[in-house]
Amino acid sequence: MPEAGLRAQTLPIGSFGTKASGWYGVWTLVLTESAIFVYLLFSYFYLASQAPDAWPIGGNPSLTLAAPNTLILLLSSASLVWAERSGARRGARARLLGGIGAALLLGTIFVFIQMREWHAKSFSLHSGTYGASYFVVTGFHLAHVIIGLGMLASIFVWAALGKFSRDRHAPLTIGAIYWHFVDVVWLVVFTALYLAPRFK
Amino acid sequence: MTPLEQQLTDIWSTPPGIRGFFSSVDHKRIGIRYIITAFVFLIAGGIEALVMRVQLSHSNLKILSPEAYDQLFSMHGFTMIFLYAGPVLSGFSNYLWPLLLGSRDMAFPRLNALSYWIFVLAGLFLYVSFPLGLAPDAGWFNYPPLSSGTYNAGPNIDFYLLGLIFLGVSTTVGAANFVVSLLRTRAPGMSINRMPILVWGTLTASVGNLLAVPAVSLACVLLFLDRQFGTHFFDVEQHGQPLLWQHLFWMFGHPWVYAIVLPALGIVSDALPTFCRRPLVGYTPVALATVATMIVGFGVWLHHMFATGMPMMSLAFFSAASLVITIPSAVSTFAWIATIWTGKPVLTTAFLFLSSFIVLFVIGGVPGVMAGAVPLDWQLTDTYFVVAHLHYVLIGINVFPVIGGIYYWFPKMTGRLLNETLGRWNFWTMLIGFNLGFFPMHIVGLMGMPRRIYTYAPNLGWDTINLITTIGSFVFAVGVGLFIANFLISLKRGKAAGDNPWDAPTLEWSVPSPAPVYNFRVIPTVASRHPLWEERLNESPERSSLDRGYLLDQGRETLATTILDAEPDLILKMPGDSFAPLWLALSLALTFVGLIVHSPWVSALGVLGAASSIFGWMWPQRALDQTADPARA
Repeated sequence: MPEAGLRAQTLPIGSFGTKASGWYGVWTLVLTESAIFVYLLFSYFYLASQAPDAWPIGGNPSLTLAAPNTLILLLSSASLVWAERSGARRGARARLLGGIGAALLLGTIFVFIQMREWHAKSFSLHSGTYGASYFVVTGFHLAHVIIGLGMLASIFVWAALGKFSRDRHAPLTIGAIYWHFVDVVWLVVFTALYLAPRFK
Repeated sequence: MTPLEQQLTDIWSTPPGIRGFFSSVDHKRIGIRYIITAFVFLIAGGIEALVMRVQLSHSNLKILSPEAYDQLFSMHGFTMIFLYAGPVLSGFSNYLWPLLLGSRDMAFPRLNALSYWIFVLAGLFLYVSFPLGLAPDAGWFNYPPLSSGTYNAGPNIDFYLLGLIFLGVSTTVGAANFVVSLLRTRAPGMSINRMPILVWGTLTASVGNLLAVPAVSLACVLLFLDRQFGTHFFDVEQHGQPLLWQHLFWMFGHPWVYAIVLPALGIVSDALPTFCRRPLVGYTPVALATVATMIVGFGVWLHHMFATGMPMMSLAFFSAASLVITIPSAVSTFAWIATIWTGKPVLTTAFLFLSSFIVLFVIGGVPGVMAGAVPLDWQLTDTYFVVAHLHYVLIGINVFPVIGGIYYWFPKMTGRLLNETLGRWNFWTMLIGFNLGFFPMHIVGLMGMPRRIYTYAPNLGWDTINLITTIGSFVFAVGVGLFIANFLISLKRGKAAGDNPWDAPTLEWSVPSPAPVYNFRVIPTVASRHPLWEERLNESPERSSLDRGYLLDQGRETLATTILDAEPDLILKMPGDSFAPLWLALSLALTFVGLIVHSPWVSALGVLGAASSIFGWMWPQRALDQTADPARA
């Protein structure tokens, strides 16, 4: 048997930006997580269509906290984009850390405002199908934000330890996709739970 | 062994002993473990079924209490559908994919190990409930309000809900792994029109699972919240909707049916032609039929709910969609028949299992079409007719191809052939026992016997048919026993197989048996669907290259190729053996144990363990070229 083989001289090696397996992997995660929210919203609207009394309980949900909170979450996505484009890709460590740090901070603020809004609600998890649906849909999203914060914190630690360079920062590229996904889901949840009842 | 082979063996070997056992990420070991574990669950589920058949063999028997019977049929269903039928196919695909695709491992080897450990732990989690007498008892589809806290207060249903959510994690990460492996790790030249049909089947099942599993996981979360945290999703008194469970369950359930048959159809499409000494007739239609079945399969869930009082319009739509599924099924069926018809069949045991599957597929499929028609469904729903249909489908389309597949690939897995004489006994006992056991169920169903009753009155004329069914089920069990005996005997004493005992056409047969730890000495380049039959088929002047290709001998490496055309794109650094998957699986198990014993602290500990396992797992490693300025090879 001839043992001659080709040595790869021209191909990149290892975890390389959008060619890393993890980049493909996170899209499968986005796919299956999107499905969860599709089924959640299906349940929400199904229960709404069958509800005999007021839906939502206590009139349309207030936008006082939710609208600014939406902006905060979008800003956190933007700062993560900035961390990658002007930080990681140019090897500018301060901007890299600053961008991830800002996203972390904004995400944390989102969680606190959301908790505050929960406390201010006149109904609870036990208040019929609307109460249960509202808290479970927003709760599922909040859990995703909290997991995303854990992920951003890990990426921050690795960035601070100098694990990333101009062409080796796949965890940031991959993590950012998940974080943007969590934001997009919030836009959908916000539209369905906060805006849609106003157009009845 | 050449120096290169020695070097690759050193790179890819798992250390022996207990450390290696718990840390191995070798897809071949994981695949074989999957198959064996699934068979252990098959035996458990089979024993449950036999006990039920004894109880039903005659009217008014009191061998089992109604409560025990409820637990038995619920566990039997859960076990066979979730712990056997899905995982056994994952086992085949885990073992075979890198060998079929011409790579050295799956895209995510550690994720592969995680998916196995979670499967085992979820199965154990469920089975712990059995000796405690607290097993799930509301059937495998667990409808509320019967499964609600009001009518079923014990932890039985919580075992079902948490076990299914836990198992869903395994299914999901496994599916993600298959999808990315397909996108990235095919050998150069293996464009999507050159992939084996098994790969099409598992790919379709995996995408289906990614989209469908969340529905049932969500349903379980909602019911768990109802039972333990006082929500009212399914509580009629508070305007909850029990039907919401049925919708979510079957939105998952019907795609899942295809997820546990399409890879099995792939086994037939790939192995049957080898014994017919010709390529599969109609490769492209069969591949497309596989995908089409799943797509339509997402739009038929309501046919499980025809009797729940839906509007006529939706009944008509879902009935039509259900009948449309016959078209892709028929395409595949005629392709298999044509392959046998125009081929020169070699009557091995594997061929017998695979070809008899076609007959069972038709016998099992036609009652499915009958039940897809609304008026007939109203007569048949919740009778033994449906029980007969689903067993023909699941045993005929899953168990028969799986055992045929094991006769086919056992030589590659072990280096030995299964015994053919014992194989004939095995096949005929199973075939006769199966038809004797399950065909009469159609008749007793038409006579009106409802499913899930623990006994029946003597004057209904059901006694003889039920006795025949019981005898058939024991004959079938003897057949499965003969298979296991053959497996164990041949493992030690089977004839040596050689690289390619069946003179088969695909890549896995180009490597020694059992397959070496590194799979391929060099990454092959593929020029056709049948790399080992190119000389005799002579479809084109191009030839696959099995001896020349990328060496990739600088640590664990495999080649990444582009999605459609499979052009070389990147060299993937593959992770070594790791305990992280086991720790993560154990931590998740602890989280679920905390939930079932109502201890937030145990759950919190589990979550903490899971988070730290993931953090360690994801830590960027220089050896995997994940960090700044990696040392270049």
